[in-house]
Amino acid sequence: MNIWLVILTFVLATLGTVVLGLLSKWVDRKVTARIHWRVGPPWYQTFADVLKLLGKETIVPATAQKWTFLSAPIIGFAGAAVAASILWGANLTHASFVGDLIVVVYVLTLPSLAIIVGGMASGSPIAALGASREMKLVFAFELPMILALVTVILKAQGTLALDGILDYQASNGMFIGSVSGVIAFVVAVLSAQAKLGLVPFDIAEAETEIIAGPFTEYSGPSLAVFYLMKAVLLAVLPILLVTVFWGGFRGWGLLWGTLAYVLVLVLFVLIRNTNPRLRIDQALKFFWFGLTPVSILAVVLAGLGY
Amino acid sequence: MSLTMWGLKKSPWVFHVNTGACNNCDIEVVNLLTPRFDVERFGIQLVGSPRHADALVVTGICTRQCMPRLQEVYRQTPKPCVVFIIGVCACTGGIFHDAYHRWGRVDDAIREVDPNAIIAYVPGCPPKPEAMALGVLKALEML
Repeated sequence: MNIWLVILTFVLATLGTVVLGLLSKWVDRKVTARIHWRVGPPWYQTFADVLKLLGKETIVPATAQKWTFLSAPIIGFAGAAVAASILWGANLTHASFVGDLIVVVYVLTLPSLAIIVGGMASGSPIAALGASREMKLVFAFELPMILALVTVILKAQGTLALDGILDYQASNGMFIGSVSGVIAFVVAVLSAQAKLGLVPFDIAEAETEIIAGPFTEYSGPSLAVFYLMKAVLLAVLPILLVTVFWGGFRGWGLLWGTLAYVLVLVLFVLIRNTNPRLRIDQALKFFWFGLTPVSILAVVLAGLGY
Repeated sequence: MSLTMWGLKKSPWVFHVNTGACNNCDIEVVNLLTPRFDVERFGIQLVGSPRHADALVVTGICTRQCMPRLQEVYRQTPKPCVVFIIGVCACTGGIFHDAYHRWGRVDDAIREVDPNAIIAYVPGCPPKPEAMALGVLKALEML
């Protein structure tokens, strides 16, 4: 494949997903506001947030590891952007290769890693505490998420390429229409809620408990890159769920995919607004002893053909 | 007006500092941030870390113990930033103006660190949340 085409795809996908992610963040805040019976911010609010952060000075604490501290957000953003380009490539064109689902999962661990590394490199006890909470949370939610994706792989007769999963859904119906698909979708939504750092699993950045967790010492443009990373993640995870469970943006068309995307996004927001925050030990127990057996059940059902 | 300045006016993130208040103004500040007054319409969000803040909301008479800490918080807030001095005690000392434990005025403490600090005053004991919101919006318009 032509290298310039690859670079162009990456740049376009990143820019598009940044815009989509910032608008999704706005949808989150607006739906939250309506649930609170108030008006909420205008549509350009998240863009104003990013522009404002880009105009502030960057303060690096004296006790921080300077280069790790400053490069952690960029690595996290790069991971989210690569996942976005692979997903858009598979959905809009047929640019998919065997194992790209695994690459997406692998690359989507980079944002969580960036938060942990950035928090540890900040030289602040609050940030270190937040980073250790994020580490424990990653231990918790990665397992059910991977088992939910294993369910999808089994249902698609063992293909590891996103192209294959989309083609199978186009000819045999969306995976959400089967029992194991529904169970795996529920597990995946809850794991994605933890990955996005939304209540009830925003344990790492628990604002009322540990100031701002791993992000405490970040300011200005480095905080803006973290903000953009979270926005891209907020766009990428619903796209991933729509691709593997709802037939993607191909099958029944772009419109159906968009409706499914908005549904998944609003699901995240509604769960966020109706639940209190869990403690880290409650979250670990929930993911390991609650969601993991459920996702194993989904894998077994998928293997049996349901 | 540059893009980043437009962003600053549309999205002021607020950090609350109490330099020795009776908590009445602090209660009104917290009331302001509740869904009833909906300051998120203006982009105002409460942040937990001064490094994320654009606006410091300062209450209290600035006690001797708190003065160096207030200056440290101001230094940790990335510039450009605005300081909102809420309540008559923070503006001039109010009824506690000759208390033994008071260092001086809040704006003097901040001007020691940064003579060009942008400071806005919202007097009242305590100021109504509507008055605080009006003060914030007027100050942002003048930036």
